Amino acid sequence: MNNLKQNITSIARKTAIALLVVSSVSGSALAAGDHLEGAPEAKHVDWSWAGVFGTFDRAQLQRGYQVYKEVCANCHAMDLVKFRNLSQSGGPEFSEAAVKVLAAEYEIEDGPDAEGEMFIRPREPKDSMPAPFANNNAAKASNGGALPPDLSLIAKARGHYSFKDLFMGRDGLTGGTNYIYNLLTGYVDEVPEYILENDHHVNEMGKEADPNFTEQHFELGDSNFNHFYEGYKIAMAAPLFEDSVEYTDGTAATLEQQAEDVASFLIWAAEPKMEIRKSIGIKVLLYLIILAGLMYAVKRRIWENVRH
Amino acid sequence: MSGHSTYVPKSDAGKWLEERLPIISLMHSAAVSMPNPRNLNYWWVFGGIAMFMLIVQIVTGIILAMHYTPHADMAFNSVEHIMRDVNWGWMLRYTHANGASMFFIAVYIHILRGMYYGSYKAPREVLWLLGMLIYLLMMATGFMGYVLPWGQMSFWGATVITNFFEVVPFIGDDIRTLLWGGFAVDNPTLNRFFSLHYLLPFVILGVVVLHIWALHVPGSNNPLGIEPKTKQDTMSFHPYFTMKDLYAIVLFAIVLFYFVFFNPNFMGHPDNYIPANSLVTPAHIVPEWYYLPFYAILRSIPDKLGGVVGMFGAILIMFVVPWLDTSKVRSAKFRPAYRIFFWIFVFNGILLGYFGQVSTTDDFLGIHGVTNLLVSRISTIYYFGFFIVILPVLGLIEKTKPLPNSISEAVLGVEGAAEEAALLAAAEAKA
Ligand code: HEC
Ligand code: HEM
Repeated sequence: MNNLKQNITSIARKTAIALLVVSSVSGSALAAGDHLEGAPEAKHVDWSWAGVFGTFDRAQLQRGYQVYKEVCANCHAMDLVKFRNLSQSGGPEFSEAAVKVLAAEYEIEDGPDAEGEMFIRPREPKDSMPAPFANNNAAKASNGGALPPDLSLIAKARGHYSFKDLFMGRDGLTGGTNYIYNLLTGYVDEVPEYILENDHHVNEMGKEADPNFTEQHFELGDSNFNHFYEGYKIAMAAPLFEDSVEYTDGTAATLEQQAEDVASFLIWAAEPKMEIRKSIGIKVLLYLIILAGLMYAVKRRIWENVRH
Repeated sequence: MSGHSTYVPKSDAGKWLEERLPIISLMHSAAVSMPNPRNLNYWWVFGGIAMFMLIVQIVTGIILAMHYTPHADMAFNSVEHIMRDVNWGWMLRYTHANGASMFFIAVYIHILRGMYYGSYKAPREVLWLLGMLIYLLMMATGFMGYVLPWGQMSFWGATVITNFFEVVPFIGDDIRTLLWGGFAVDNPTLNRFFSLHYLLPFVILGVVVLHIWALHVPGSNNPLGIEPKTKQDTMSFHPYFTMKDLYAIVLFAIVLFYFVFFNPNFMGHPDNYIPANSLVTPAHIVPEWYYLPFYAILRSIPDKLGGVVGMFGAILIMFVVPWLDTSKVRSAKFRPAYRIFFWIFVFNGILLGYFGQVSTTDDFLGIHGVTNLLVSRISTIYYFGFFIVILPVLGLIEKTKPLPNSISEAVLGVEGAAEEAALLAAAEAKA
């Protein structure tokens, strides 16, 4: 009797461990959101444009554009952004003349002309930013099979909104930019210790549950290790290093500086109307609050002699 | 409507119209002279707020539709064109997207108000049924609207939800093909959803008119759940309730516009900023928040057909609430036990909403060995148990508190009511 009971408890224990191991090993070996012990914390940058009154730093957006143009644009398109946007208010606010020059650095196919021929002309402010590859297949072929996503909306597409954003006066936009900042600064050459320890841990537990358990190891393969990418293996090699660009405004181009600049540029690209949205929002809310006060006074007056 | 109108046309044109189509006296009776219980509290403002939100959605929607392109290859970029190039387009789009959420918040509060104060009981059953119909139509409209921007969540949400229809016996496949207009969610799906998304809000508007008509026959319920007896128990709708409702609408607009201007993407899903791609499935497909409790019920039932039946049943069961509740007393104010079950029901609904978006296999709040799935099953049982067991049984066994004689007595006290009645009579005699 006692024996049976022991057997049952031991089987139950083993199944529980096996289930635990399967659930932690299955799928991609490591899931996003699992914060492994020893992994670095994601940084929260203090963005100038965050919060109810935050506005973009023009010089920063201009530097961010420079980073995009000189580095990221080699692989990533930004189809929704037109050159003319660069001179609009609430953005990098390059002069219109400067934008004409920036656009004219690239060419675009246009036509057909009066003879029915397609022709190549310099880009104009109305045109979008040039795509580095003719199509997705070409982009994948040059990037080891991985597709560099269009960056027009990436900062909003990677945003995670939390209830904290509601109460901190934070705009939901910081989630995506913090992620991009951490992604760009989160590369290391070697698979770090905490991943190896996690492997070890999983294997120990696996063997305890099942003697025939096959060992699992984190394989980097052709990918690059990034602390903050889901599953830690990213096809994009670290795009930024110290002095990847030489800033025209003389700012020292540290890795962190470039990452902050380009992340700010990307959130502007995703939400070009942010400044006007907030500035109108303040007026609208003030108006409504005053109106509500007046309405309340009138309502009280009307109900003055009525008990209810 | 039920003819409490005191409207007398003054101008000749007014008289001419009144004889041919008494539409002005009809509106007058609905929004001006209609007697309303004097003791309505602020939970009664959400009907007016919902009406306001419907109008906001229709106005912003019509303008959005002028710039939107319902084509699988262009829809996503046309929404971005609205956001970037159309004058005030970002404001329209954010108002429409957040407006949908705020509309649902208002309607959820409105429905729960009805459940707390027993507003669905005789003679207001038809009013309740029409309200439920509005809610059902809103669910369909919101779902189809969310598909229109044609992002990843639009596409995959549409795929998941249309696939539910597959389990309908015999004709499930055909229904699904009809919804899709083909063999998968694709351009024809987008086209028919756009057409219906434009149509349904106007159907809702029509049902709202019926809803208000059905309100005007018995008049509003009130926090005490007893019918007004004398003139003293009511106030005219205008100016008392028009002013109160307008004030509440402005307060509600402050919340709406906080989201529109300062946190416009909070209630959306980041993946919807990635264009729809039938080859890449998002890691987690989550419906919009207002469907989450029902989605949780679906996932908590281990059988596919059972899950779908449970999900739709959870909505449909609310239609028959007037016949499930056996209590003679309307208001929870006088039903101490019902009050407790009601608040558990509300809390349980929020909990189900939570379960609709977390992984079912994870531990519930990190409690080891207690999965979300397990707790969501208990929640589902409570959800249905509330309607099927608690409502009918409680009405029979609950010891309710004594009801006041009249609204004015409850508000003013017996002496105060008599005093006020004498004053009113004196004033009337003078006139
Ligand atoms: C050599 C080509 C190349 C360059 C240069 C490059 N990227 Fe990438 N990027 C890629 C590829 C390829 C991917 C897809 C990664 C994958 O799927 O694993 C990617 C992915 C990304 C992602 C998406 C990550 C995610 O969460 O899915 C972001 C954001 C990004 N890149 C930003 C940038 C920025 C900012 C720059 C400029 C500083 C840049 N990239 C430069 C090739 C490049
Ligand atoms: C019951 C009222 C309505 C509700 C609840 C509703 C809900 C929604 C929702 C949730 C979206 C997706 C928003 C987004 O995430 O971008 C949407 C989009 C849209 N709706 Fe509506 N809507 C309503 C009425 C209308 C009406 C009356 C029209 C047109 C006459 C309309 C036109 C549109 C258009 C063109 C879009 C696509 C643009 C966009 O995504 O912003 N809507 N709707």
